[in-house]
Amino acid sequence: MSEAVSALNHAEFDGLAHVREIGLQGMITLRGDLKTKAIKNAATKATGLSMPAMNCVETNEANGLCWMSPDELLVMCAYDEVGSTLAKMQKTLGKTHALAVNVSDARAVFQVSGPFAREVMAKLCPVDFSPEAFQPGLFRRSRMAQVPAAFWMCDEQTFQIICFRSVADYVFELLKAAAQHHSEVDYY
Amino acid sequence: MIRINCPVCGSRDENEFTYGGDANVVRPAMDEAETGPWLDYVFMRDNPRGPHREYWHHVMGCRQWLMLERDTLTHEIGDCILARGVA
Ligand SMILES: [Zn+2]
Repeated sequence: MSEAVSALNHAEFDGLAHVREIGLQGMITLRGDLKTKAIKNAATKATGLSMPAMNCVETNEANGLCWMSPDELLVMCAYDEVGSTLAKMQKTLGKTHALAVNVSDARAVFQVSGPFAREVMAKLCPVDFSPEAFQPGLFRRSRMAQVPAAFWMCDEQTFQIICFRSVADYVFELLKAAAQHHSEVDYY
Repeated sequence: MIRINCPVCGSRDENEFTYGGDANVVRPAMDEAETGPWLDYVFMRDNPRGPHREYWHHVMGCRQWLMLERDTLTHEIGDCILARGVA
């Protein structure tokens, strides 16, 4: 059995904000018509969470449900629980027209935290990160410089960012550059 | 900077989107045997100065195909709807 390792194996950087790759995160893509009862049930029963509203995320200690598009949810759970979570979902889905796939090893997850976390993010994404516009609970798909990224806030000073594993190194370099010491803009 | 009012996500920066072509083009019937209509369909495009209907893809967002009106002179974006069911 080989040992699973995340893209950057917990790489960290300390600057304007603290940046770290959080390591392995279980992720399941669930596609289908999100209005379908079996699809809603598959997501909510497997995670113990309620369905996220449009552009929102629901989380608890162990799991998360992210609204990705009108026909896509991202189910988050512990990395070693993906198999059992997926099995639960498949059982609830039955013959419903839907797709549930383990994508954990296709992604990387970063955390940006600290009083300047909003500024670091704002340097990289075409998103209004003012506290009035972006708060914990919202989920946003956008771009980070040249690559797609999705993110939400765990609390007032912490962002969680998902990107493709193939660009994990690029994203980490971006975040390090944006979080360089003495590079605050003092906008927010 | 162009903002596009995605019917799913709301107002978003243009660089989350990618241009998907002229939305006025209509494909000839599949049994069309003349080359003229196919030539027009594949290659010939108007280049209007003013309002233009076009497809856009919210590729770095909700990934839905959209149809919107853009003024080629001012870049003003008019109505924006889901392309699903239109084409
Ligand atoms: Zn959208």
